Amino acid sequence: MEMLSGAEMVVRALQDEGVEYIFGYPGGSVLHIYDALFQQDTVNHILVRHEQAATHAADGYARATGKPGVVMVTSGPGATNAITGLATAFMDSIPMIVLSGQVRSDWIGDDAFQETDMIGVSRPVVKHSFMVRDAKDIPEIMKKAFYIATTGRPGPVLIDIPKDQTAPNVKNPYEYPKKVKMRSYAPVSRGHSGQIRKAVEELMKAKRPVIYAGGGVIQGEGSELLTKLAHRLNFPVTNTLMGLGCFPGTDPQNVGMLGMHGTYEANMTMHSSDVILAVGARLDDRVTNNVKKFCPGAKIIHIDIDPATISKNIMAHIPIVGPVHQVLEEMLSALDEHGGEPDQKALERWWEEIEGWRKVHGMRYETNENGPMKPQQVVEALYKATGGDAYVTSDVGQHQMFAAQYYKYDKPRRWINSGGLGTMGFGLPAAMGVQFAFPDATVACVTGEGSIQMNIQELSTCLQYGLPVKIININNQALGMVRQWQDMQYGGRHSQSYMESLPDFVALAEAYGHVGMKVTKFEDLEGAMNEAFALKDRLVFMDIYVDPTEHVYPMQIADGSMRDMWLSKTERT
Amino acid sequence: MRRIISILMENEPGALSRVIGLFSQRGYNIESLSVAPTEDSTLSRLTLTTFGNDLKIEQITKHLNKLIEVVKLVDLTEGAHIERELMLIKVKATGAQRAEVKRSVDIFRGQIVDVTSTVYTVQLTGASDKLDAFIGAIGETQVLEVVRSGVSGISRGEKVLSL
Ligand SMILES: Cc1cc2nc3c(=O)[nH]c(=O)nc-3n(C[C@H](O)[C@H](O)[C@H](O)COP(=O)(O)OP(=O)(O)OC[C@H]3O[C@@H](n4cnc5c(N)ncnc54)[C@H](O)[C@@H]3O)c2cc1C
Ligand SMILES: Cc1ncc(C[n+]2csc(CCOP(=O)(O)OP(=O)(O)O)c2C)c(N)n1
Ligand SMILES: [Mg+2]
Repeated sequence: MEMLSGAEMVVRALQDEGVEYIFGYPGGSVLHIYDALFQQDTVNHILVRHEQAATHAADGYARATGKPGVVMVTSGPGATNAITGLATAFMDSIPMIVLSGQVRSDWIGDDAFQETDMIGVSRPVVKHSFMVRDAKDIPEIMKKAFYIATTGRPGPVLIDIPKDQTAPNVKNPYEYPKKVKMRSYAPVSRGHSGQIRKAVEELMKAKRPVIYAGGGVIQGEGSELLTKLAHRLNFPVTNTLMGLGCFPGTDPQNVGMLGMHGTYEANMTMHSSDVILAVGARLDDRVTNNVKKFCPGAKIIHIDIDPATISKNIMAHIPIVGPVHQVLEEMLSALDEHGGEPDQKALERWWEEIEGWRKVHGMRYETNENGPMKPQQVVEALYKATGGDAYVTSDVGQHQMFAAQYYKYDKPRRWINSGGLGTMGFGLPAAMGVQFAFPDATVACVTGEGSIQMNIQELSTCLQYGLPVKIININNQALGMVRQWQDMQYGGRHSQSYMESLPDFVALAEAYGHVGMKVTKFEDLEGAMNEAFALKDRLVFMDIYVDPTEHVYPMQIADGSMRDMWLSKTERT
Repeated sequence: MRRIISILMENEPGALSRVIGLFSQRGYNIESLSVAPTEDSTLSRLTLTTFGNDLKIEQITKHLNKLIEVVKLVDLTEGAHIERELMLIKVKATGAQRAEVKRSVDIFRGQIVDVTSTVYTVQLTGASDKLDAFIGAIGETQVLEVVRSGVSGISRGEKVLSL
């Protein structure tokens, strides 16, 4: 058998897993591994400018491709800088492997230089973690880590590697395991057939049904089947923030996003429904509003691979634990077997009602003739300029909500954002990960002047690797989302929500070697967008000034039901 | 309601901290905890007692099951089971009290395992409420020190928790 050092084993295992890119930053405890990386050219190491960005870039890569993102960081500060990225991936169930260096085994516990108990610090934000105690175990640990990260409910896995375990002079036999055997980990592979048939019966009886589809449909590659099921039944479909794109955004059956900033029609449809088919969605508090008032007349069918998600926030009447792909496939054949059709008369009436909601209260905003541009107009212009076919990553805030509401995602994995943790600083590094995965694709990062400054240093990485990301900085000169809450709940007292002394973003972009553009008037917007996207091989930073007083609507009223919403600054349901 | 959850898990470093971390992270309480390797040295058996309604306990067991190192678990309180806890307790024993304490120990089927002229050290096993009752009977003012092992439990009859 081949004899390899621990460092060589790590790199070989990455090759054996087919890893194309690893995002990282070197330091003392991982130098042996960096040396092994240097001596091969299958795994491309991408040098970021901050470890947090490495995790978000790997995360963006994973969300866009479905493959696990891989990160390498050194011990101590390198490792702790990766925590936010681990937590971000954990909340959104993203497959990721983080390799962190650790001090020598015999120094652990001695407060050695750059020692952090990374297993301990990361514990609540990883799906699992391993500590390498013997270099011989590296192949098995790597295999298990990739298996755990990518199966069942995906999530990040950390491998902590003490420096002595990668020493170049200690060689051990290397063989990459073909299979993993773990007696204590067996993700569900099939939903219960009886439950699936029961669900079909319920769907057939429904008079006011709705399909509520989330991020799990995208993760589990169930978009096509879900679309087929929805078309077959002619039921309305609503998506969570994480589910956007799992059912075409332009499909007439799509009533839009639901929840806190969901559309009026989506929230009304949910509230008034009698059967909810929840697929790969976790009935999150940004969706349900007050759980006691949640959809009072609805029976809930809940498909999720994670049993702990089911009946966590809302009791499910028909729980189905299983992978979305397999369950939907079986549901479709159970529909065939059943042979019946949903109640067409009832459905017709239901659609009439929904169309009524759509007509009265579709997505809308006021434009002002001579006043400042509206952020919504920026997203609409982006949609037009990219033909609705871009990968759009986002940061966190009002701009994120506008990008979710006004860009119609027709395909899964096109909308990439931090939903569960809501991590400002996610957008730009995530866009880098996407651009690495798809070098020829159009990648836009919708951000705000607050968020972009949380990982702005990555402009340097973008230059190094020639990443032609288009940054759409919706500049409202404020931490807009915070300011909106202060307007609505704190009597307009804007405590610390100003962004004073903003940099000159155009000059900044140019200093980093990119193209900068400033847009202040609506009449210049379309032209500027077209110009920016025509620069195929350049990163363009578009600094677009918008109305600082704009709010995101609809907005659910705290503690109410799903249908209690503000529709504008002055109207509520 | 009080529950006894018994867990079979990989006998690996870090496994215990994950179980305990889960409880603090999700705001669940651990009332007592006992853990030791089993006859199979690759496995540990952990028993914990906690409080919660059915929904909460369902969440706790689901989340425990998700931990990679947890191999199997059972909520013993769902069926007939035997529950034991060991207590070592030092009580004041002077003058007339010496006989009084001795009588209580006999009633509770405990043993005096160490004696000085003023102190009895008593060993008592049983369900937790029996141990509580003993402390009540002796009177808290007489108690000098208490050590309890935490509950361990096993189901009655032929049901076993094993691989
Ligand atoms: C400022 C801000 C505002 C927000 N407002 C809203 C809002 O208005 N509306 C909204 O919806 N969200 C909103 N969010 C996001 C929200 O916090 C949650 O992240 C989101 O609602 C969760 O989406 P989800 O239910 O689709 O679950 P995800 O987090 O995407 O989880 C996926 C689920 O699918 C399951 N799953 C994974 N793989 C599979 C598989 N193969 N088979 C079956 N199941 C699988 C997982 O177990 C999990 O339960 C907001 C976030 C921010 C930051
Ligand atoms: C790391 C981090 N810190 C704080 C917050 C809280 N927060 C949510 S939105 C927001 C404002 C974001 O401002 P900006 O990026 O300018 O976006 P806008 O809302 O103005 O569009 C803040 C501070 C967060 N989500 N993430
Ligand atoms: Mg802003």
